[in-house]
Amino acid sequence: MRSSNLPPNNPVSQFIKAQQEKDLLRFIVCGSVDDGKSSMIGRLLYDSKQIFDDQLASLANDSLQHGTQGEAIDFALLTDGLQAEREQGITIDVAYRFFATDKRAFIVADAPGHEQYTRNMVTGASTAEMAVVLIDARKGVLTQTRRHSLLVDLLGIKNIIVAINKIDLIDYSQEVFDAISQQYLEFAETLHFENIHFVPICALTGENLTLPSTNTPWYAGPRLIEIAETVAVGTQDLSAAFRMSVQSVSRPNSDFRGYMGTIASGAINVGDLIRVNPSGMETRVKAFADFDGPRHSAIAGESVCLVLEDEIDISRGDLLSSIVDPALVSDHVEVHLVWLAEEAMIPQRSYLLKIGSKEVRAHIDRLKYRIDINSNEHVSAVTLGLNDIGICNISTVTPIGLDPYDLNRSTGAFVLIDRITNRTVGAGMIRHSLRRSENVQWQELTVGREQRELMNEQKGFVVWLTGLSGSGKSTIANALEVMLHQRKIRTFVLDGDNVRHGLNADLGFTETDRAENIRRVAEVAKLFVDAGMVTIVSFISPFEAERALAREIVGDSDFFEVFVDAPMVVVEKRDTKGLYAKARAGLLPNFTGVDSPYEIPTNPNLRVESSVSSVVECLDQIVAELVRKSFL
Amino acid sequence: MSYLARLEAESMHIIREAVAQAENPVMLYSVGKDSTVILHLARKAFFPAPLPFPLLHVDTTWKFKEMIKFRDVVATDPDLRLIVHINPECVRLNINPFDHGSSMHTDLWKTEGLKQALDEGAFDLAFGGARRDEEKSRAKERIFSFRTSKHVWDPKNQRPELWNIYNARHAAGESIRVFPLSNWTELDVWQYLLAEDIPVVPLYFAKPRPVVMRQGMQIMVDDDRMKLLPGEVVETKMVRFRTLGCYPLTGAVESEATDLSMILAEMFTSRSSERQGRMIDHDQAGSMEKKKVEGYF
Repeated sequence: MRSSNLPPNNPVSQFIKAQQEKDLLRFIVCGSVDDGKSSMIGRLLYDSKQIFDDQLASLANDSLQHGTQGEAIDFALLTDGLQAEREQGITIDVAYRFFATDKRAFIVADAPGHEQYTRNMVTGASTAEMAVVLIDARKGVLTQTRRHSLLVDLLGIKNIIVAINKIDLIDYSQEVFDAISQQYLEFAETLHFENIHFVPICALTGENLTLPSTNTPWYAGPRLIEIAETVAVGTQDLSAAFRMSVQSVSRPNSDFRGYMGTIASGAINVGDLIRVNPSGMETRVKAFADFDGPRHSAIAGESVCLVLEDEIDISRGDLLSSIVDPALVSDHVEVHLVWLAEEAMIPQRSYLLKIGSKEVRAHIDRLKYRIDINSNEHVSAVTLGLNDIGICNISTVTPIGLDPYDLNRSTGAFVLIDRITNRTVGAGMIRHSLRRSENVQWQELTVGREQRELMNEQKGFVVWLTGLSGSGKSTIANALEVMLHQRKIRTFVLDGDNVRHGLNADLGFTETDRAENIRRVAEVAKLFVDAGMVTIVSFISPFEAERALAREIVGDSDFFEVFVDAPMVVVEKRDTKGLYAKARAGLLPNFTGVDSPYEIPTNPNLRVESSVSSVVECLDQIVAELVRKSFL
Repeated sequence: MSYLARLEAESMHIIREAVAQAENPVMLYSVGKDSTVILHLARKAFFPAPLPFPLLHVDTTWKFKEMIKFRDVVATDPDLRLIVHINPECVRLNINPFDHGSSMHTDLWKTEGLKQALDEGAFDLAFGGARRDEEKSRAKERIFSFRTSKHVWDPKNQRPELWNIYNARHAAGESIRVFPLSNWTELDVWQYLLAEDIPVVPLYFAKPRPVVMRQGMQIMVDDDRMKLLPGEVVETKMVRFRTLGCYPLTGAVESEATDLSMILAEMFTSRSSERQGRMIDHDQAGSMEKKKVEGYF
């Protein structure tokens, strides 16, 4: 930004200048309505004159209709913004509130505190630099106090204010206050907080919150708002190592190439050496391109456009870092993962991992355990449901630049996105790199696929037949094998039913097991392809994500997906194995087409209509397309 | 960094992140102060390159004359491309706030008009100037807000948004609305306009203007389409506008503030919120949320 444009000696100007020089603190308030959270936020807004008269009038009106405070104004109604929330008297979603004092501007994340809203608290805490943990003085440290503290600790918040509220209802008792403080300190020993302040407050009257109290002569500490005004804002640590994720490359003309991004940490000057991750190439900062004129340095939090000395390959998502203290590069990390979606996490499914501006395909290859957020205990688990937190190992398809989250909240944080629905389903914090690329070296084989294919005089690839049970996949697979065999092409058929009797005998039909079933089969198919065989896979494979995973494992250029399309009414009527009848009778749970979905392939290599075409016609279509695409 | 500088940097980050993920972005330009700030931020974000998207003004034909004049001056910048959309159906039916009421007027001219323009341009991402401090339902909307192919917002089913990682992925036909000023307050906007010396529509500054008191609001008589009701008298008062929309639906406030620093001085002592002057926010309970669900910004 530019420096101010104001005439200097006018009192309004001086006031405005003071306003503009304030810094910003983002914090989260943890607690439930019962603890007085809304009263507290309402009070902060009201006392800093952020509630206007018309809003107050509308609030008074709403308080009579929906409020829980009788004639008095119910501040909760101010923060519950959505119609459904106001009607049901509950807070569903995280909201952000804004206020300022003479010293600082504040953004408050107001997130509901119940266990089923962990997702929202994590969201609110992700951008916060301080947390206020509310405790009802009559109740002391509760399970939910522990849960809230654990979550803000997990999200890396170091500054905590424990606000012991409703102090008036325990007669402003110092004994109770001291006992609760002691109890909290004992519990917090296992956490990683750096500063913990205890304040006895009354949110309704504002005592020790915004106003001094004459009722607590034994408390000599600052009011809550004074602590918030002075707590150190973490992003300003300029001694931290320089990091910037490249958002995009600016090339308005052939003479200019700039790299845009927001500095995640540290500072950068013209002439500084930087390293590009993951490529590892190094160069120097030549200049900044800035709307406001020439500059020679920039610091954490600023959005900049860097011009570099050398023309090296840098693209969106690459991480620029200091060469003295460079970022890690890894394709295998251990993380804390918070699950945010209704649909459970599926290990081995391919998700999109977004870190900084980088998007990369990734999968969870091991869920070590789940953390019980009420007790902080480790619980063994095979999946994570909505609001669950787990420790996982995640593999990315290509290496990425990163830092552990406890060293850098910006370059150590990521989200997982479902590749089919595009929804954000997980939030992760990197604990450390497992550096798989260094730990596991692939055995260098002297006879490779190429040599085998030469000897076999054929190319290995996978024909993946997907479709409902009874659509004719196995019939087509067998007929295709016979036809290829007659042409002296070496083949192998992997059939769903047969594989489930042996290799995958331990797997059931839940979504997680189906994913693992497909993963194993895809890996086996890949081995056959490496052996130089034409591998025909006949599997219902009902989910788009699993088929995408199979394609990814096998490799796109070796994968030919055939959708054997037959309408549900036809296959159910046909019911050659009597399975639909059993499933309808409830004897086969999770049966595709009955009580488990079949996701129609959106982009198969070929679709054959087995209810309309004969087996021979289907074969002709498949072979013709295989020839056209140079598989055969 | 000062808090205004942090807000500026955050908005630039958001704008760049949105454009990098969009196929065909557009910026809603309503001529008001928030649009003016976003336009300025976008210029900064992409400097030295020109804006990588066009501006879209959904014109209702009921905007203040001075707004249109200001818009057309802004559009003379050779680096800008301005698209003006006027809902032809509303023209045909002569939809107006006097005969059809504020709710139908806004729905057909603005919400429907906006959807038409977004569909016609096949835009998959649109920037808007909404701020979370404006209204309660806006306080809960994401910065990157997903819309279905029918432009519908589902407040109960929003994507979680953590850190400064923004997910703008969507299928064909779906779209994302992006609000770079989400974390700004009205006061921040005015302070920024002052600090950055950015010109705004003169309607924001006090000046003697012809106004009529109607339904408790000072409505400016901007042209002869506004017919006086029995008992109404046009008075010339020193007024300004805190927010700008369709002139028959936008209330003026009496004020002596003729420049930005005087506006700020008034604001520090103000006791009413800016959207009080917007009739469309109050015409039914939870009305902004309802409008947003239907596709309004």
